[in-house]
Amino acid sequence: MATTESRQAILDRLTSRVVDANPLPTIDPSRLTTFEDPIAKFAEMLAFVGGEAHQVDRIEEVREILSKNPVFADATRIASVVPAAIQGNVDASQVDDPHALSSLDWVIARGEFMVAENGAIWVDGSTLPHRVMLFIPQYLAIVVSRNEIVSNMHEAYQRIGTPKPGFGVFVSGPSKTADIEQSLVLGAHGCRKLQVFLVP
Amino acid sequence: MGALPIIDHPDASREFVTNKARSHWHDEALWFVRSKRDKQAHSVPEWEYLREQASEVKTHTIANLDRYLVEFEKNATAMGATVHWASDAADHNRIVHQILKDHGTLRIVKSKSMLTEECGLNHYLEDNGIEVVDTDLGERIVQLRHETPSHIVLPAIHIKKEEVGETFHTHLGTDKGASDPQYLTEAARGHLRGKFLSGEIGITGVNFGIADTGGIVVCTNEGNADLGVSLPRVHIACMGIEKLLPRHQDLAIFTRLLARSATGQPITSYTSHFHGPRDANSELHIVLVDNGRSKLRESETFRHALHCIRCGACMNTCPVYRRSGGHSYRTTVPGPIGSVLSPARDSKAHKSLPYACSLCGSCTDVCPVKIPLHHQLLAWRKELVGQDRMPKSKTVPMKAASYLFQHPKLFALAGKAGRTALRWLPHFATHNRLNKWTIARELPLPPKESFRDWYRKNRG
Ligand code: SF4
Repeated sequence: MATTESRQAILDRLTSRVVDANPLPTIDPSRLTTFEDPIAKFAEMLAFVGGEAHQVDRIEEVREILSKNPVFADATRIASVVPAAIQGNVDASQVDDPHALSSLDWVIARGEFMVAENGAIWVDGSTLPHRVMLFIPQYLAIVVSRNEIVSNMHEAYQRIGTPKPGFGVFVSGPSKTADIEQSLVLGAHGCRKLQVFLVP
Repeated sequence: MGALPIIDHPDASREFVTNKARSHWHDEALWFVRSKRDKQAHSVPEWEYLREQASEVKTHTIANLDRYLVEFEKNATAMGATVHWASDAADHNRIVHQILKDHGTLRIVKSKSMLTEECGLNHYLEDNGIEVVDTDLGERIVQLRHETPSHIVLPAIHIKKEEVGETFHTHLGTDKGASDPQYLTEAARGHLRGKFLSGEIGITGVNFGIADTGGIVVCTNEGNADLGVSLPRVHIACMGIEKLLPRHQDLAIFTRLLARSATGQPITSYTSHFHGPRDANSELHIVLVDNGRSKLRESETFRHALHCIRCGACMNTCPVYRRSGGHSYRTTVPGPIGSVLSPARDSKAHKSLPYACSLCGSCTDVCPVKIPLHHQLLAWRKELVGQDRMPKSKTVPMKAASYLFQHPKLFALAGKAGRTALRWLPHFATHNRLNKWTIARELPLPPKESFRDWYRKNRG
């Protein structure tokens, strides 16, 4: 069947049977858990999902902390969209084909805001020259302002508002799998570790 | 009409159930996941409130599905996506294949999608000369072993790490005898990297479609969906029409429930929102698939099954699933929800599934979208009796029981006979091939006295 015929057939089947239902419910915000110290909750949840949060007072500290990390010290290809924190040596905006980014060791990305209840960070795809930069490097660091935090997912979606064409993702912890006998292994296909820097 | 394969769950599960060690190991593995789910559910004080909201949103959406699908189509198109409609599995496979042909594609990378599994997409494409690589680790393991997933969230839950080691040794050249999950995962990571880089088109499922924005959301822990569709220029997303949510903000409810119910995580590692294709040179195709869903919607009794967000919690908690393994259901979606959905598709072939249930109700308790699963399984049993599709091993004893219940004197006598018999019957009389219940269990020792006798003596 052609897709237009299928479309009609499906819609016909759906309209031919009228089903009564209540209108859409609205969430009552007073029923939702919020946190007095959302930053502390965020750090706790991020650790729970295998990520690491670092509180820094000056953005320069990002480099100081990462430099102590042997995997970072050995990294040869680094792309960054937060040059104030780390100056990368691969300019992804000059790359046409995302396949060329396959050998990236580190990416420093920018987060828009954090969610306390689950340790997730919202990353807006438009802040990256290629969205694959979030998934292809061996290691990922996200820099996000400490003031940009919400308690739960309801506040999070409110904050995102109406999406524009493009891509956005909640990142919570490094890539992981437990597909082999339920043993948790960090670093399935995406980043092996996730560092989150909470800057002023 | 050719003979349909009528699959009897007790027969299909025999091998698994009688392998005591394996059945026990499987049971424990799933119970572990179930416990993690409990912890997460308890950590959210408004959990029950969220379940109610989720159920109400779904009930409303399914009732107004035509309207929301059209709205979704309009908005997705405005975002630059191409929306296709597929009446059934064959339609779906043809549409996907046509897109591949249009791009001269011979190699695709695919992230987990129960829908493409339901439609048999892999085989269809392979028969048409296309290399299909499942990129979810569990699915890849299953694919290399020429098996099917035995669970919708944990596709390889039935396979031991030593067996994964064997498979990887054969296909990926890992060390013989290796069984360390860390080492094996690392090998798969390297192997799949190459596949990601050479994939010409990425195919994903869809966890949620959003009517008021035209976006789709895909949730993974491994990041394989994202890697798979961020390298090639074409992304095909296959979506069951019931996956729709009316409003962007509704995602808050469902992203809070999904991962907590599925694996006991507060949210999946990646919750990706796609609104239109990547850029002006890329394409996003969304295939909306019915394949029986609109028919299920017509049923007053089973309509709620369309709420399912495929979290797998009902499987993890089901005492029958945990002990008999997912393959014993011989369906794409096993466990309690599978036993509700499959007879709707083909009541003859799957008539034994509503009986693969102890009616303990645990599935109903954990279901994040409040599908009354065990009520539906009971309803199926009634329906199947009406259709004369109940297995003989059930109808004969049921008729006898019904007669007994209607004759109290006889019932009392039968009870006494039963209590005596349970004490004195030799093992071979209870454990034989006519009684599938006793394949892997012993019968209880009965009380000496019936409740009726006790009541008369003490309270009468
Ligand atoms: S029926 Fe409910 S518990 Fe089972 S998979 Fe679907 S949503 Fe999850």
